[in-house]
Order: sequence, then C-alpha cells, then structure tokens
Amino acid sequence: MRRLPRGRRAVAWIGVIVGVSAALVALPPIQVRSPVAPVIFGLFALTIGIGSWIRGERRIGGYAIATGVLGLIIGYLATRSSVEHLEAVVVWGALFAATLRYATPLVFASIGGLFSERSGVVNIGLEGMMLMGAFFAVWGADVTGQWTLGLAIGMVAGGLTGLLHAFFAVSLRADQIVGGTAINFLALGLTTYLFFKIYGSEGTPTNLSTIPDVRLGFLDDIPVIGDFLHDIFGQLDLMIWIAIVLVVATWVVVFKTPIGLRIRSVGEHPRAADTVGINVYAVRYGAVTVSGMLAALGGAYLSLGFVNSFDDNMTAGRGFIALAALIFGNWRPFGAAIACLLFGFSSALSDFLQEYSTSVSTLFEALPYVLTLVAVAGVIGKSIPPAAIGRPYVKQ
Amino acid sequence: MSERVHQLPEEPNPEIESVVERYWLLQKAGGLVAPLLTVVLAFFISGIVVLVTTGSVGDTLQTYKAIFEGTGLSWFFDIGNYNVGLPFTDAKVWFPWNTNEFESIAAANLQQTLILWVALVLTGLAVAFAFRCGLFNIGAQGQYLAGSIVAVLIATELPKVVDLPGWLLIIATVLGGMLAGAAIAGIAGLLKGTVGAHEVITTIMLNWIVLWVGSYFFGIGGPFQTDEAGTAGTVPSSADIVEKAKLFLFWGDPLLQGVHIGLFAALGALVVYSLTLNRTTLGYEVRAVGHNPEAARYGGISVARNYFLAMAIAGLFAGLAGALDIVGWEFRLDTTQIQGSTVGFIGIAVALLGRNTAVGVALAALLFAALQTGTASRNLDPEFFPPDLASSLAIIIQGLIVLFVGADIIVLLALRRLKRKRGARLTA
Repeated sequence: MRRLPRGRRAVAWIGVIVGVSAALVALPPIQVRSPVAPVIFGLFALTIGIGSWIRGERRIGGYAIATGVLGLIIGYLATRSSVEHLEAVVVWGALFAATLRYATPLVFASIGGLFSERSGVVNIGLEGMMLMGAFFAVWGADVTGQWTLGLAIGMVAGGLTGLLHAFFAVSLRADQIVGGTAINFLALGLTTYLFFKIYGSEGTPTNLSTIPDVRLGFLDDIPVIGDFLHDIFGQLDLMIWIAIVLVVATWVVVFKTPIGLRIRSVGEHPRAADTVGINVYAVRYGAVTVSGMLAALGGAYLSLGFVNSFDDNMTAGRGFIALAALIFGNWRPFGAAIACLLFGFSSALSDFLQEYSTSVSTLFEALPYVLTLVAVAGVIGKSIPPAAIGRPYVKQ
Repeated sequence: MSERVHQLPEEPNPEIESVVERYWLLQKAGGLVAPLLTVVLAFFISGIVVLVTTGSVGDTLQTYKAIFEGTGLSWFFDIGNYNVGLPFTDAKVWFPWNTNEFESIAAANLQQTLILWVALVLTGLAVAFAFRCGLFNIGAQGQYLAGSIVAVLIATELPKVVDLPGWLLIIATVLGGMLAGAAIAGIAGLLKGTVGAHEVITTIMLNWIVLWVGSYFFGIGGPFQTDEAGTAGTVPSSADIVEKAKLFLFWGDPLLQGVHIGLFAALGALVVYSLTLNRTTLGYEVRAVGHNPEAARYGGISVARNYFLAMAIAGLFAGLAGALDIVGWEFRLDTTQIQGSTVGFIGIAVALLGRNTAVGVALAALLFAALQTGTASRNLDPEFFPPDLASSLAIIIQGLIVLFVGADIIVLLALRRLKRKRGARLTA
C-alpha cells in the first residue's frame, strides 16, 4: 500500500487543487460571476506553488504554479463571458465523453510507443503505423464485411510496418529516427496510393461494418451522479474500454512480469541484458512489432470507430501527439494515459470552443505541443528516457 | 547550469557505435556510389508498385518516361537554334535551348522544378548544417513555416506603417523570415544545450506549434485573415503581399510562376554553407562538436553554445526558404498551404541523400524537386498512369530513399570489409 503524500508534497498537491478550483468556481454548475473568486484562488495556488518550488518540491510545485496561473486566466475569462456561452461550451458530461473519444487513439499509439521505446528503439514512425492501421482496418472491414476482421487486418498491417522498422533499426542498425521518418513517408504514400487506387474520389463505402458502441443504460439508475455518469460512460465505443484495459495490462506486463523486465533491461542496458542471456534482438523485434500493432489499433479506432471512413492522411499528426504524451508521461503507462487524457481534453475543449470562436479553437490545438515542450524543457520535473534509447546494439 | 551540462553527453561506450560516429563514417565515405545505388533501388521498388498498378512493363517504363518529361529536365536534351533576351537590354542572343515557356512545355516544367529546388536546397541545408553538429533537425518544416508566416506579416503589414522602397521592403521581409526561422530553431538548440532536451522531440513540437499558430493567424476569424474578394477564394488566407515586395523574375512569365532571383540566394547559401563549415572557426567548432562532443569539450569548445548556434544557423536557412517562397511565387499564405506543406520534411531526405555536403544537397534537391514536379498531376499523361496516384508515388519513392539512406551504413561496412579482405589477399 502506497502511503499518501506528506509534508511539502501534500502542500504542493493542495496548491494544484486550489489552482484547479480557481477555474472551477467560475464554470457551471457553480458559476460565480464575480472575478474576485478565481483571482483569489489562483493567487493562492500560485503562492503555494512558489513556496513549494523554493523548498525543493519542484515537480508538484511547478504543477501548482501552472494550474494556478491557468486557473486564474480561465476563471477570469469565464466570469467575463456570457452565461449562455459558458453553458454551451462547458457541458461536463459531453466534454468528458469527447475527451475519452479523442484520447483513445492517442492511448493506443502512445502505449505502442512505450513498448518500442522501453526496449530502446525510438519510434517516430507511430504516425505512419497509425495510418496503416486506419486504412487497412477500413479496407479489411470492407472486404470481409466484419469489423473484427478489419481490426485484425489493420493490426497485421501495423505489425508488419513495425517489423520493417525493427528490421532497419535492429538488424541493419540504421538510424532509428531516419527509419521512423521513412516509415512515415512510406505509410503516407502507400495508404494514399491504395486509397485513391481502390476507392477513387468517392471515398470509402458508407455501409462499413464498424466497431460497436457499448451501452450501459443501468448507469442512469445510480442515484445523484447517475445522470452525469451516464452522459460520460453511457455510450462509448468498444475500443475506448479496450484502451482502458490496455493501460492497466501494460502496467502489469511492463512492471510486474519477466517479459516487462526483459523489455526494460534491453532498453536500459542491452549489454548487461545480453550477458544474462536475454536475446536483445528478439526482444526489440517483438517490442517494435507490438508497438506497430497497437498504434495500428489506434488508427483503426479513428477510422472504424470514430469517423467510420478513411481519408488520406487522416491521422493528421496524432502519432506525434501520442509520442509527446509518452514523453510527457515519462515513459510510464499511467503517465502516458493521463497525458493522453489531458491532450484529449484540450482537443475536446477546442471542439466545443468552436461555437465560441473558431480562431481561438484553432490556437488551442497548439496547447499539447506547448505543454510537452515545457515538460521536456525540464521546467516542470524532468522526463528521463530509457538509457539505451536510439542506440543500435552490436552483438559481440 | 554548467554542472548539468557536464552530465549530459552519453557515456563513452566504445562498443556501441553512436549515431554521430556512423554519420561521420558516412561523411568520410562520400562518393556517389552509395547515394546512387539508394536512388536506383528506390526507383526500382516503386517501379514494382507502378507495375502492379499498370499491369505491364511497357506502361511502367512509359510512366517513368512521362514523369521524367514532367520534370522539365528533358529541356536540356532539346538543343536547337533559339535565342534569349539579354537581361536589362532589348538585345537577343543565340542560345542552344528554347527558353520560351509558351513554346516549350519542358521549359515551363523546368521552371517549376527550379522554383521548388530553391526551397529544397535551403531546407536541405537547414537539416544538413544541424547534422554536422550532431543534431537531427526535424524542425526544418516549422522553421520554414515560421519564415513564411513572418514574411507574409512583414510584407502585408509593414507597408501600412511606413512606405519603404521595394528593395528595402524585400530585404526587411527576407531578414524577418530568416530571423523567425532562427528563433524557432534556436529554442530547440538552447534547450539541447542547457537542459539536454532531445532536439528531435523539441523540433517536432515546435513544428506543430508553428503550424497551429499560423493556422490561427490566417484561418477563419484569425487576426490576419483577409476578407478581400478575389485573393482569398474559398480557403481563408492572408492578404496578398504588396506588389513591390515581390521578387524579380529572371526567367518566365509572372502569370505562370517564373523563376525568381531567389535562385541566386539559394546558390549563395550553398557557398556560404560550404565556406562556413570548412573555412571558419565556427564551422570547425560545429564539426568538432558533431564529431565528438566530449573531445570538443576537452578542447575548450563550448558544446552548448555550438548546439545553439548550429540550430539557429539551420533556422536561418529554413527561414530564408520560407521567406523566398512568399516573395518569390506564393505571395500569400492560406491554411491548407500551412497544414499541407512538406518542404521541410523533404529537406530531411535532401540532406540525408546529399550526405550533408553542399554539392550533395544541390543534387539531391534537384532530384526531389524534379520528382515532385514530374509527378504533379498536371504534368503527367493520364494515358499511362492515373495522375491522382502519382503524387503518392512520389511520397513512396521519398520514403524508400530515406529508408535506404538510413541503412546504407551496411552497404559501406560491407564495401569496407570487402576492401579489407581484398587487401589481405593482395598482401598474402
């Protein structure tokens, strides 16, 4: 049993909570209309954050400072904008459901990236692998008439892409970043090529067999919060639930099983791993292939679960956001998942903000990248990659 | 701060060849054999894709022929009795090639290739310069966009404030674009030098930040989106830059996008690149850091400073590319352009294939520019190959080339081993 945080850490966490409340008080359902409340909350969080920072609790203290500033700004803006606007944009149930929808493809891809990078192979090619999954899942579902087979075919396509990356990165010892860049080019070219060749300008068929939604009607019956829960979890795509399971399963596999230990040791110190009889090449091949399959699932969810069609370059940089989430989450499954949720929330909010102002919503799209830049800059804690990442291993 | 920097470099591990060492080997290997093999192999494999599509070897060859003719490079083979106007005079002198783009389609195509060549040379140099310092600049795209965005802003907004003469406005625009590129790249270099944040990650993030900020500027309701009729069309875009900020065209008709004098800026950049790296203290330090940061540090070279400078200079090249494209032929920016442009990414392929040398970059840029123009749907005869597939074919070829370039270390090692064996046999 983990102990609860104490001392400075706990204080810093309180700062974070106060910072979040600075925004919350001004938003529905509380909706304080005076700007004084968010300002006071925000400044309080800021003070706690700075205090914690000075006393050495930099990571959480940094979070408190950040949430304090952001909460103050958001809360202040909320009190300035009209009630109708607020209630149109901030619909918590719908916002959280949309967050889950946006986060899911990122979760699959960044968990995929986690396997690859934990084994010491940089995977810039996540974007391409997602794209392969997105196209081949649609194609498979179209040809076989079954979404299950579509998913399987998408996974195979992603797995093969991963295998190609592994072949160049592990066996040929090619530069992994160059290899990943090539994978992105190739996947974009190949999927666009096949898309136009097979479906022409008419696009993918509209009667595709798509991934079903899971309906949980009983949530409505829960007293008090039932409505709210139903709004979020009542009708979600099956893949969203699979993503949640995947995150937990990945944590178990990576940190609690011998396989995970092997993957991590190969990524941290391949020579030592080799010495104790672990086949470095085999582990890396496996990890990168799995990485491709998972990223492909993320792409498949996008095409076969989210929008029910394929379009050229439809992943539109999500592979890179997934990579960012992985780094933001410090190469850990739950960290990456939380980062994906954060990025998903910013996408969802950007969607809802469109009603308010299209241009602001566009600017909002940059937020995940800014956050990641701040994170890797080490301002808020520091991301530490696996030690042997990016280095090919030469067997002796 | 300096203490942290000292912990940064990878522990020296003689067993594991580092990325940088391998590129050093590639650098030394030089030569034309490996890049040529790479290109031939890439075209061969994509030929299989074409073969599957068209179903006959004849059509495959015809497709490649059509692509080649679309590149405009066939222009050089069409020698005859033509004349060309002498610049700044009315005189016409004899010339072996037909320079009139209305008479010769090849000439018009070649102009397109050359326009693209300018941008690819510069983004290629942006990637190459960072490479020579041991940095992988994936951010050329963002730096290029930053250059374009700032160039558009200066060339549309500045004339509203002060009335500068044309040449001064152009200089201000281009300089502004270059500095914007340098600033964006400099962030990555600074973070690498001070806290050791990996430049690949930071430059990818910066690419997207620039892309979305640009989309915000010129998108619907953005602060610099224009409502002027005629210029915007259906896609939200910036206003057109003022007439006098447009570059002089030295070959071609303004209505058809001729070749602008930015071409000479690109040629100049190639020379500057080569001289800076090989003939200056800065270049020496950059290369020393690229070769072995640890050794460079022992030699008294500030690694952090050179990381920053190398990235900033790389950004200057990419920003120049963006600014020249604006004042040379684009004249405005719209959101689809911002989100769909891949010039900076192709720059990676250019630098890799060109072995980070000036001559190599010039040649590789010509190859990729030609490939891009040759597969553009308007240049390709639909009789042999569906044009809407052609641009994806170009992306596949680019991908294959990058893939093989990344792995040609194996070819080099094999060649080296072969040589050693032969040498051993000779001495025996």
